Amino acid sequence: MDRSNQGHREVEHTADWELEVWGPNMATLLEEAARGMYELMAVEVSDELRRHRGVEMRADDREQLVVSFLDELLFLAEAEDLAFDCFLLKVEDTQLVAHLEGGFIVARSKEIKAVTFHGLEIGSSGEGLRTRVVFDV
Amino acid sequence: MVQLRDLVRRGPWEWEIPTTVRSDMRVPVRIFAGRELLEAITGDAALEQAVNATALPGVVGEVLVMPDVHQGYGFPIGGVAATELPSGVISPGAIGYDINCGVRLLASKVEHDAARGAIDDLASTLDAACPSGVGRGGRLKLNDSDLEHVCREGGEWARSKGFGTVSDTARTEEGGFLDGADFSSLSHRARERGRPQMGTLGAGNHFIEVEVVDEIFDHDAAWVMGFDEGCLTVMIHCGSRGFGHQVCTDFVKSFQGAVKKYRIPLPDRELVCAPLDSPEGEAYEGAMRAAANYAFANRQVLAHFAREAFAETLRGRASNTHLHQVYDIAHNMGKIEEHVIAGKRQRVCVHRKGATRAFGPGFNGLPPEYRPIGQPVLVPGSMGTASWVLVGTEKSQERALGSCCHGAGRTMSRRQAKRSINGSELRRELEARGVTVRAGSMPGLAEEAPAAYKDVDAVVAAVVGAGIARKVAQLRPVAVIKG
Repeated sequence: MDRSNQGHREVEHTADWELEVWGPNMATLLEEAARGMYELMAVEVSDELRRHRGVEMRADDREQLVVSFLDELLFLAEAEDLAFDCFLLKVEDTQLVAHLEGGFIVARSKEIKAVTFHGLEIGSSGEGLRTRVVFDV
Repeated sequence: MVQLRDLVRRGPWEWEIPTTVRSDMRVPVRIFAGRELLEAITGDAALEQAVNATALPGVVGEVLVMPDVHQGYGFPIGGVAATELPSGVISPGAIGYDINCGVRLLASKVEHDAARGAIDDLASTLDAACPSGVGRGGRLKLNDSDLEHVCREGGEWARSKGFGTVSDTARTEEGGFLDGADFSSLSHRARERGRPQMGTLGAGNHFIEVEVVDEIFDHDAAWVMGFDEGCLTVMIHCGSRGFGHQVCTDFVKSFQGAVKKYRIPLPDRELVCAPLDSPEGEAYEGAMRAAANYAFANRQVLAHFAREAFAETLRGRASNTHLHQVYDIAHNMGKIEEHVIAGKRQRVCVHRKGATRAFGPGFNGLPPEYRPIGQPVLVPGSMGTASWVLVGTEKSQERALGSCCHGAGRTMSRRQAKRSINGSELRRELEARGVTVRAGSMPGLAEEAPAAYKDVDAVVAAVVGAGIARKVAQLRPVAVIKG
C-alpha cells in the first residue's frame, strides 16, 4: 500500500501532547491518528493471541468522529488492555465502520487521559486532509 | 496571539488584558505575575486561552490567571473563571479531565536526621504500597454499590472503611465530599473505569514525595498545622483517575450538542458548556461532583497506604511515626461559592483549572483551627525543587475569587524535555543532590524534570507579592515516587 501521502508527527505543546496528522481521506486520517496516539503512549502489542474488534459509530461532524474513534481506542486500551496495528476503516460522510486487528498490550509507558477538541479542525487541500489533535496527559 | 503590548499594568504584580483586545470578550483578564514570569507566560498560547474563556456566557468579574499558568486545552492551566447563577454556564473543559486532581500533605514528628539511613527503604516501601503507573488497578476492587457510596460520600466512604480519621476529612477541602453527586448521570464506561482504580496514583505528573520542613516563615500558622523544622512530611498528588477522565470525556462530547441547542458561540470547541440551570448543566454538575468525591476518597486511601509504609519503615527510629493530615486541596474543580464581584455579593460557579481555592481567615468552611489563619494552600514544586505551604488571605478573596496558584507550571514542552534531558542522568543528578527517585519510566521522568518547569520560588514570590497568599513553610524533597 502506498503510504507516502499519509503520516503523523508530534508537535510542541507546553503541557500536553499534540499530533499533526494527514492523509488522502478520512479513513487514512483516522488510521494515522490512531497510530500516532499509540506511539505517544509508547504502546507495545503482543504478536500472540491476535484480537479483532468491530467498531461502528456516527458523529455530528468529521472532527467529532476523530475524537470519538480515538476515545474508543483509549477505552479499549484501559479497560481491555487492547491495542491495534491493522486497521480496515470505511468512512461514509461522518459514519465509521472499522475492523481492527491487534493484541494485548505488553508495555505502555505513557498515559493519555483524554482526546480533546482543542483547536481541532480538519482542513482540506489538493493532497487530502490534515488536522491537529491535542491529548490531555 | 496575545502580546505583551496588549497588557495594562495594574500594580507591581497585577496585569490586565482589557476587553478592547477582542470583540467577544465579556470581561477582562487579570494576571498575577512579575515582569519576568510574564515574559515566560506570553511564550505559549495560555493568555489566548484565557481570552477565549472570557467569552463564556455568564462570566463575571475577571478571568484570572495565576503566575504558574501555561497553555492547556480550551482553558489555560492556572486559570480561574466565575459564572453567575442561575443561567451562567458550566464548562467541563474549564475544569479539566482529571476532575479534582489535587494535593494532600501529611506531616510527622520524625526528624530527617533520625530517618536518614532509611529514606531509600522508605521510597521503595511507598512505591510498593501505592500502586502507580499507566492504567494500573489497585488493591481495592469496588463493586457498583461500593462505587456509588464512593461517589456520594467521598473521603467519608474511605474513613468508614478504616482508611482514615475524622481529623483527615475535617482537614480536607469541603470536608472531603461534595453534596449533590448524581450517580445516575454516570456512563457505564465511567463506572467500569472507576471500579478497579481506587487507591492508585496513576502516571504522568502524579507523584508521592517525602519532604523535609526546611524553613518556617510563619511560626504561629506552622504550629497550628503541626510542622516542625527538620521533620518529614509526605505529599500526594493525584486525582480521579480514569473515572474522572471518562466523566469529562462523556460531557465534552454531549455538550457539543448542548452549545448548538442553547446557541452558544465559542472560540474553541473544548470550551463547550451548558447553562447551570439546564438539564445538561445539572447532569454534568452531578457527575463532576461524583468524580470529585472519587478523587477525595482516592487520596484518602493512598494516604492510608502511605501511613502504613511510613510507620513500617521508620519503626524504631522515632517514638512517634504518625503522619497527621495538614490539608487536602483540589486544583481542578467547579464549585458553587459566594463572592463579592463588582461590589455585589453573588453566588457563582467558580471554575478552577490548575488553580486552588485559597480562602482567607474567617471562612466558616475551614476547620476551626484554620479559621484564624486562613486556608492552607499547597504548592508542589517541580520534582527535586522546593514545595511551599501558604495560606489564603483577605486579598485573595477580594482580588482572586479566593484562589491561588497550584504549582510551578510547565515552561518546556514534553517533546523538548524528552529531547534535551536524559531520564537516567536526571535520576543520578537528583540522587547526588540527596533526592531518592523511584520512577515507572525514564522518558516519563525526563518529561517531568525540574528544567521543564518555571521556578516555583518565583511563582510563590508573585502570589505573595500580589498579596493573595502568605508564606508558612518551605519543604525540601528527599524522595520522589513518580507514577
